[in-house]
Amino acid sequence: MWNRRKEDEQQPPPKPVAAQPPVTQPVRPLPAKETSPMSSVPNRPTESFEATRTGNAVLGKSAVVKGQILSREDLTIDGEVDGTIEMQEHRLTVGPSGKVRASVKAREVIVLGTLHGNVETGDRIDIRKEAKLVGDIRTARIVIEDGAYFKGNVDIVRAEVPKSASATPAGASPRPATTSATPTTASPAMAAGAGEIKR
Amino acid sequence: METRNSSGLDQFCSLLVERPGLTLLDLAGANQSTMAFLTNLGHRVYSDDFLLQMDRCFGDGDFYENQADPQKVAQFLDAALDYPAQHFDGALVWDTLEFLSGPLLETVVQRLGTMLRPGSYMLALFHAEERAETIPTYSYRIQDRKTITLAPRGRRRPAQFFNNRSLEKLFSDFDSVKFFLTRDHLREVIVRR
Repeated sequence: MWNRRKEDEQQPPPKPVAAQPPVTQPVRPLPAKETSPMSSVPNRPTESFEATRTGNAVLGKSAVVKGQILSREDLTIDGEVDGTIEMQEHRLTVGPSGKVRASVKAREVIVLGTLHGNVETGDRIDIRKEAKLVGDIRTARIVIEDGAYFKGNVDIVRAEVPKSASATPAGASPRPATTSATPTTASPAMAAGAGEIKR
Repeated sequence: METRNSSGLDQFCSLLVERPGLTLLDLAGANQSTMAFLTNLGHRVYSDDFLLQMDRCFGDGDFYENQADPQKVAQFLDAALDYPAQHFDGALVWDTLEFLSGPLLETVVQRLGTMLRPGSYMLALFHAEERAETIPTYSYRIQDRKTITLAPRGRRRPAQFFNNRSLEKLFSDFDSVKFFLTRDHLREVIVRR
């Protein structure tokens, strides 16, 4: 540090642009036009691991945590965690080196490494290529890339629909809210379980 | 990836459309296509890769000799079929039963029967080409209720070949067995618990 300062004094002052922090690519929001809860991977380019970890708290590769993690910001885990993780309003990313053995509650979960435990998300879970997830999932949406390993139960939870918009179309059978994958924008045919999947 | 029409799947799906909120077992390994199809119909899906579990337990050495090792068999059953009785309303076992040798096959079929609720269906596929030394294996993915996408997973030597009579014997403890013969040397079998 001190030596570097001495060297810096001999050099011309840096340009203002160079003094700015490195520009990071912001995390892209979900496409607004997406209507299916089961996003088709080819249609939605997935963010790179580096893109998902910008602006996050990070548990590095050598970190080992045993116990409860409560986070009020997005969190990336590259190390090992054994316990519980709660971050209802934020995103958890289990990095490629991450080994998590915990029950997880988060707004969004992205798995690139290993996760053993039940996962509950308010929005979505992405299980990326090479990821390994063993546990039960309760989520509104799920994406599983080819090459991912998943063992467990998937329970799709429908988002709460305002009463005015929840009128059942004529002829459509009612269905339990806890198991429906139908988004609020889905067509009546899908809501009635007609089996037509549009990709 | 290839696609093929499947009358067996169509029959299986007739159950799914009639009754939402079912708990289903898919042994092909988790994939987006099947998961989307089944959950869009309002069902819970339990997913596992049965072939991968077999490889983990029996893959070190002779695959079929290892299936006679009681310790490895116990390990396999714990890893792959440790579910409560009458937990599932339907099971997609695809072609996985072809790679289980005699005694283990009977144990697995018996356990699948225990895991299924009465009246539920199981879909299984069996190759009918008896002279083939190896058969192609796939990751089976539901595209729609009549169409399966086949993602290749190499070739394997089957433990044995089945004809209609041997399949009826295999599933003799089940309520009924229905065959769908296809042009590509594949028997699609719907078994009713």
